[in-house]
Amino acid sequence: MSKVPDNRAWWLVLPVLLLVAFSALVPLMTVVNYSVQDIFGPGNAYYVGTEWFRDVLRDQRLQESLLRQFGFSAAVLAIEIPLGIAVALMMPKGGIRASLCLILLAIPLLIPWNVVGTIWQIFARGDIGLFGWGLNELGFSYNYTGDPVAAWFTVLLMDVWHWTPLVALLCYSGLRAIPEAFYQAAEIDRASRWAVFRYIQLPRLRNVLVIAVLLRFMDSFMIYTEPFVLTGGGPGSSTTFLSQTLTTMAVGQFDLGRAAAFSLVYFLIVLLVSWLFFTAITHMDKER
Amino acid sequence: MAEISLTAMAHSYERHPSGPEDYAIRQLDHVWHKGGAYALLGPSGCGKSTMLNIISGLLAPSEGEVRFDGKRVNELSPRDRNIAQVFQFPVVYDSMTVFDNLAFPLRNSKVPKDRIRERVEEIAGVLELESLLKRKARNLTADEKQKVSMGRGLVREDVTAILFDEPLTVIDPQLKWKLRRKLKQIHEQFDITMIYVTHDQLEASTFADKIAVMYEGRIVQFGTPTELFENPNHTFVGFFIGSPGMNLLPVTRSGDGVCFGGLDIPLSDDLRQRLADLQTDNLKLGIRPEFVEASEPGEGTHLAAVEDVEDLGTYQIVTARLEGQLLKIRVSEDARVDRGQTLHLHFPTRWLKLYADEYLVEATS
Repeated sequence: MSKVPDNRAWWLVLPVLLLVAFSALVPLMTVVNYSVQDIFGPGNAYYVGTEWFRDVLRDQRLQESLLRQFGFSAAVLAIEIPLGIAVALMMPKGGIRASLCLILLAIPLLIPWNVVGTIWQIFARGDIGLFGWGLNELGFSYNYTGDPVAAWFTVLLMDVWHWTPLVALLCYSGLRAIPEAFYQAAEIDRASRWAVFRYIQLPRLRNVLVIAVLLRFMDSFMIYTEPFVLTGGGPGSSTTFLSQTLTTMAVGQFDLGRAAAFSLVYFLIVLLVSWLFFTAITHMDKER
Repeated sequence: MAEISLTAMAHSYERHPSGPEDYAIRQLDHVWHKGGAYALLGPSGCGKSTMLNIISGLLAPSEGEVRFDGKRVNELSPRDRNIAQVFQFPVVYDSMTVFDNLAFPLRNSKVPKDRIRERVEEIAGVLELESLLKRKARNLTADEKQKVSMGRGLVREDVTAILFDEPLTVIDPQLKWKLRRKLKQIHEQFDITMIYVTHDQLEASTFADKIAVMYEGRIVQFGTPTELFENPNHTFVGFFIGSPGMNLLPVTRSGDGVCFGGLDIPLSDDLRQRLADLQTDNLKLGIRPEFVEASEPGEGTHLAAVEDVEDLGTYQIVTARLEGQLLKIRVSEDARVDRGQTLHLHFPTRWLKLYADEYLVEATS
């Protein structure tokens, strides 16, 4: 059978093209559209070039919020990644106890985010919350609605509680994939527990750790619901992270031009940092 | 270095073994002497690897004792037993370079840095890995990986013993021969106790001074390659060692010895005496194909019909039927034997072995 050239076959690509256009390109272009114009109403828009962008980059409130955001993500990664690995290492290798651990770990992941916020909002209250009340009874002066340090501590603790299980589950699956022969060889080679971790387990966790770090970075960098429910960004603006600032700008003040410009900057930051992480981890062990 | 002795040792992978068939290793006593080169030979699933893992400490025996120089080590980990083991499939630490891989056991034993460098270079030289030392282990080929794996076993000087679990499985035949020679040289040079597990008799006999043949969880014979060949004390050894294996003919008692079909095989007085004391009727007569003589017709020869001739280049294997039983006979390359002809066979008494219940009946003298 000879091939019949028929360019109508290109039509078959159309559904995918349309789907991608409507799901990604069109919304993104709307944002781009807003970011370079000042729009007062239908048919009443003025092209302003890069003015919104310059404005946004100089905005003190946004800069503070960005700094806070980096601090929060750094803290989340610094706590959740090592803790997740540690939890995975301590979990039983198999049997009913392993299943039990897995179920317990999965529970926080299954709870809707605003419910997580609500749980901790009540749990950490000084008057009726077990955690807050307990801390106060133990002699700590703890009040997350009034004290910025306590607020930060509570938001971080909530995130650790909510998301460390994800890191632990990923690492656990990575650990289970290491053949028993490696542990036997290490035992024969008289490797210490630390050497086993450093030279056998950690290198073989690399791939799942890339995923864990990226997921935790992106999610924590875009966190909105839980702190919004828990502290509402307060006290003051001490726990107001980027998403919340952005939402206030776009929906609260209806400042669409600046919000659009800022959305794009936000998007680029997430992309850039994710790329940095990915490149750093995957190149860490290349042949010299 | 130490003498490794196993006392009333048995192992089962079941928690509650209900009978002898549940045991991977049935109760045995055995001593591996200091500085020997040993092979542990047997078919797959006979308990060789289990035995090795028990000696190294990766596995605790369910019964009995393992002793190094008389000291009980059952509870000691491989780390504390200070034993090296090379596995069947290469295990390399793939995030490390070849150098670091070889240095790893030394670093773990806190050997001084200069000594590590010396030792790694020495072993790399023996295994011809010098050019690869700076490479990451993950980028090596399978046989390079196995050499690295083997190098890690050889690099420590103070080990009690080095155990090899079919270490040349993934290596191509030419290199295999070379590495086996290397191991032998290393053994002669450093005088370390080595136990080499294999299912290949050629590998076993080129490497080892003494071979332990394992069968169904037991060591059925422990001896030099010659002893195993000339005087197998179990039918399995006769069958497993040699190529082709020993001819084993079921026989029954008769007046002055044993018989099969219409053939009487006279036995020495001594053996006849021993036979009379045995209750069993499971009797077999064994003779190696190499020792069956095709001769001129005469006293004590038996007529057999040739059914098949295989020419193996340096010699021929003749399959002949004698009283309904098939026999293998090894004849020289230049002898003319054709299918369908008859041969006069002679069994030299010296090479006829009698087995009762699969074990050799030995003359007392």
